[in-house]
Amino acid sequence: METRVIGKSVPRKEGREKVTGRARYVDDLSFPGMLHGVTVRSPAARGRIRAIHFEGEIPWHEFIVVTARDIPGKNCIALLIEDQPCLAAEFVNHPEEAIVLLAHHDKHLLEEARRAVRIEIEPVPAVFSIEDSLARKEVIWGQDNIFKSFCVEKGDVDGAWAGAEFVVEGSYETGAQEQLYIEPQGMIAQVSEAEGVTVWGSLQCPHYVHKALMILFGLPRERIRVVQTETGGGFGGKEEYPSMIAAHAALLARKSGRPVKIIYDRAEDMVATTKRHPSRTRHVTAVGRDGKLLAMDIDFTVDGGAYETLSPVVLSRGTIHAAGPYACPNVRIRSRAVATNAPPHGAFRGFGAPQSVFALERHLHRVAEVVGIAPEELRRRNFIREGQTLAVGQVVKEKVDMNGLMERAFELSGYHAKRKQFAAANSDSRGAIKQGIGFASFLHGAGFTGSGEEYLASEVAMEAMADGTVHILAGSTEMGQGTNTIFAQIAAEALRLDCEQIKIIQPDTAYVPNSGPTVASRTAMIVGKLVETAAVGLLKTLHDGGFLRAGYSAADFSRACAEHIAEHRALKSFVKYEHPRDLHWDDQKYSGDAYGAYAWAVYVAEVSVDVRTAEVRVNDFVAVQEVGKVINPVLAAGQIEGGVAQGIGFALYENVVWQEGRMVNAQMTNYVMPTSVDLPAIRVYFEELPYGRGPAGAKGIGELPLDGTAPAIANAIAHATGVDVRTIPITAEKLLEMLEAVHA
Amino acid sequence: MREGARKIRVSCVVNGTAMSFDAYPMARLLDVLREELKLTGTKEGCGEGECGACSIEMDGALVNSCLVPALQAEGAKMRTIEGLAIGDSLHVVQQAFITHGGAQCGICTPGMILAAVNLLARHPQPDDAQIRDGLSGNLCRCTGYRKIFESVVAAVRPTERRA
Amino acid sequence: MRAFLPAYEMETPQDLAAALDRLASRPGVWKPFAGGTDLMVLLEAGKLPHKKFLNIWNLGELRGIAVSSELVTLGALTTYAEVQRHEILTREFPLLCRAAAETGSVATQNRGTLGGNVANASPAADSPPALIVYDAEIEIVSASGARWVPYPLFHTGYKKMSLQAGELIRRIRLARSHAGWKQYFRKVGTRRAQAISKICFAGVARVEAGRIADVRIALGSVAPTVLRAVRAEELLRGQRPGDAALQAAQDALGAEIAPIDDMRSTARYRRHVARNLLGEFLEVLAG
Repeated sequence: METRVIGKSVPRKEGREKVTGRARYVDDLSFPGMLHGVTVRSPAARGRIRAIHFEGEIPWHEFIVVTARDIPGKNCIALLIEDQPCLAAEFVNHPEEAIVLLAHHDKHLLEEARRAVRIEIEPVPAVFSIEDSLARKEVIWGQDNIFKSFCVEKGDVDGAWAGAEFVVEGSYETGAQEQLYIEPQGMIAQVSEAEGVTVWGSLQCPHYVHKALMILFGLPRERIRVVQTETGGGFGGKEEYPSMIAAHAALLARKSGRPVKIIYDRAEDMVATTKRHPSRTRHVTAVGRDGKLLAMDIDFTVDGGAYETLSPVVLSRGTIHAAGPYACPNVRIRSRAVATNAPPHGAFRGFGAPQSVFALERHLHRVAEVVGIAPEELRRRNFIREGQTLAVGQVVKEKVDMNGLMERAFELSGYHAKRKQFAAANSDSRGAIKQGIGFASFLHGAGFTGSGEEYLASEVAMEAMADGTVHILAGSTEMGQGTNTIFAQIAAEALRLDCEQIKIIQPDTAYVPNSGPTVASRTAMIVGKLVETAAVGLLKTLHDGGFLRAGYSAADFSRACAEHIAEHRALKSFVKYEHPRDLHWDDQKYSGDAYGAYAWAVYVAEVSVDVRTAEVRVNDFVAVQEVGKVINPVLAAGQIEGGVAQGIGFALYENVVWQEGRMVNAQMTNYVMPTSVDLPAIRVYFEELPYGRGPAGAKGIGELPLDGTAPAIANAIAHATGVDVRTIPITAEKLLEMLEAVHA
Repeated sequence: MREGARKIRVSCVVNGTAMSFDAYPMARLLDVLREELKLTGTKEGCGEGECGACSIEMDGALVNSCLVPALQAEGAKMRTIEGLAIGDSLHVVQQAFITHGGAQCGICTPGMILAAVNLLARHPQPDDAQIRDGLSGNLCRCTGYRKIFESVVAAVRPTERRA
Repeated sequence: MRAFLPAYEMETPQDLAAALDRLASRPGVWKPFAGGTDLMVLLEAGKLPHKKFLNIWNLGELRGIAVSSELVTLGALTTYAEVQRHEILTREFPLLCRAAAETGSVATQNRGTLGGNVANASPAADSPPALIVYDAEIEIVSASGARWVPYPLFHTGYKKMSLQAGELIRRIRLARSHAGWKQYFRKVGTRRAQAISKICFAGVARVEAGRIADVRIALGSVAPTVLRAVRAEELLRGQRPGDAALQAAQDALGAEIAPIDDMRSTARYRRHVARNLLGEFLEVLAG
């Protein structure tokens, strides 16, 4: 299908502002009379707050001091449930939990004051590991430390062992990962009788913050307003946490009667905000003599930290993705999210799937070894096809060709030749550099799981002005991934206009409807479709009113808008999400149509390992994925390249060092992300099988690259060195020990 | 708390314009630019000289402005991102970043562009390794650096086509 | 930014003499401040205990690289960028240039100075191993005079050095006596650029008739200070660079280093890699 604007690399809508330094992020804003705010946090992992002392030579009378007692509504940051306090009152459950807020006009004095608040806590025993939590060394949450559990069953796993030629077991672990958006968290709040509560800040989901503030303040919808400022990266790290910092700024603003700005420095951001859930997965897999998967028994656990926040949903996605793009007749996935006394873990691009997919794709390589066939041959014999059923019982209705993707990825990367060539070169024991090539094959469901989109009931509004400019009003946020630009392209395509004529209204809950959160790879596929529908609706209004004829020009369109508005005062359209009737999901059994569409991918990583230092270098990376439709090639490639880079960090570099629930390497010097010389040119290729319900056929792609990157690298390292990688990050220290063991 | 310092008056040139400001002697140049001079294009990403978001040019050298005390800006000639475009005319590197997708969330972009511009001042025709090296002190979490690299290449070798 | 700025003073002395007078006036109270790449990080973390600083960045007496037929003498304020740009340093002291290129980033290399690096005395710094193997000498000046200290004797313990209150590093001197020596430098960091060292190895050797006539080896991040591996050197002098010599030297090296576990790496890793880097050094000598 020929498109005018979709499929073109239209330059980023807000690109000019970004390259000139004119884009305004929250810390660039200043309000008259504004105070600065800081947070005083718990030094202990778990315990009873005995006293709060305000010490030092600080003029305390000049300060605004807020504690839990100052909360007008409910002391909680409402999300799925309301277990997380906004400010700890009697008890703390994790290091760095917020207890006291301070505001003052002098930033420097404020820091002195923060140091001068001494919180006396009577510690009680805490739990810091998944093992201790499951063993209930202490019960720190609910009755049994378990936020949520699932059991997905397909077929009859227990009956399959008898007929199996091979049974392969394995356990896998992934560590925490810090989102490390380069712009730290920040909010400005203002509270007045006239306007209610207004917050401006760096965030992904204005309506999440809105809901949380309603409950915290006990105010109705129209008395809370949330405005997104230009956001310097989110990756999920600004999905739920901004509600907390917004609440803090707003409480200070309420008590002081002045605007209050809270900006975290990097150390505070790292130590106090969410991270990717650490995970443990155990696989037991039954395989027939013919290399066909007979049964997969999967046990998956994630560490949720001290409060529930989004752990049930992270667990859900990880669970559903745990068995991958394979046709296996018998699958059981038992999973749970458990509590530990660490700051709550949260959303990070991939959201549970990177954890379970790492385990699966590493495990299947080992399964292939046991069966005695090449890892790609094991995949080939088991890849799911149209008409077959995924583990959760969803029948695949797409013409998926995983084999084709795999072959293309192999061709582009030179996989087959390099497998042989590297194996031969590596066998020279004197060589210090071992090379390896490995892959991962995977899928990622776009949109909220199951009935989630139906529950979100997202809305988009559109308004045309008398000069023909068309405004898009949506709660979806731009944070670098290209929301503004692709929405403009989608609308421009449907309206037969240029992107310049489309304006994206800044997400502000006073003006834009709730389009759902900017997460879950849903913005292009779900919300973009609403944008398309709204545009079509607008056109229909003009057509039906006789204002527009077929084959109209941009000038005709502008004239039509002016005439319509003259007659009817405004030209608007409004769309609400309608869940496809043929998608059925059972929340009780946790089975059915989990996602409207999946993106499918095969990634190949080529590495070299210096056995003297166990340093791993990624020399080439090929990412092939089928995504429905590429709306903007430069933006889409940018998403994959950036996601792969984060996946390389996840696999090799990014190690959170924990000490009793606290991240101790909370500096950019010590928490290591890749620089421009650490990464190869990441090569990205798209295939397109249009998805009928996506705008111009597009599916979601934002999180996909996080799923397959780490296992591809782990498999490449295994090929290079013979080391059986089971955990990530694979630091040089860990790898060196494993290399010694292999050679011993 | 003992107060020891008085604010000092510092005179310097920023983006070609003579400027004066009052600041504590060890105030960060980054904060002076953003708060006293209202030039908010230079960003704070880490406060420890690791991310390069605060990069500016000081007497022709690329520096992390979060690590320069205000007193040492006395008499210096500085260029920030705001000084790159001439009126509405973007610098060739800025334009390349727009065309080739070098900016995603944009927070690293001012520092990244200055690092690139500074690289080109030292090496007008850098090879690939020199480009990567010249940008290695600027962290980007969004792009994986590929489109940043392509933007700089496009600015330097406009006729070269890359796959 | 966690420092209480009103508590921090900084002055600019008009010349070196004035600076030295100021330092002598209240010993230990005033501290020199050069490029700030270490001190400002501490300031921002709220961890800078000293409150009075002398801005020495503009002192011409501490700048410049002087070359004679026998010596290269660098002013203490020589930046890493300046080291890399200097033709003679690049040709005759390549390990120092490598260290400079691998310290921090372009931006920190424009502001970081050799004198500052030496005075900061971090065992993880990358220039010190190069300075050790080049038999560098450090000139220390005060209001009462000047003296030269052989660099290997300069550091006396973790963050302790032969620098009294009131003293400043003025120059660093390298003898141009390594022509024809084989040279090897490897920094193993947390990543390929802008990384703190996990371990750093510098080695130079004069190989004559297939034997190691003389050798210097220094390592960073394996002891409380930069370490000159004198025992390993002893065992290598006079030997052919091969497996036998390597084995003995590796054992000696293992005995004289004292690596620790820290946030960046482990003692075990450092120990193991130190041995491997020694092996790589010997391969360079044999090749």
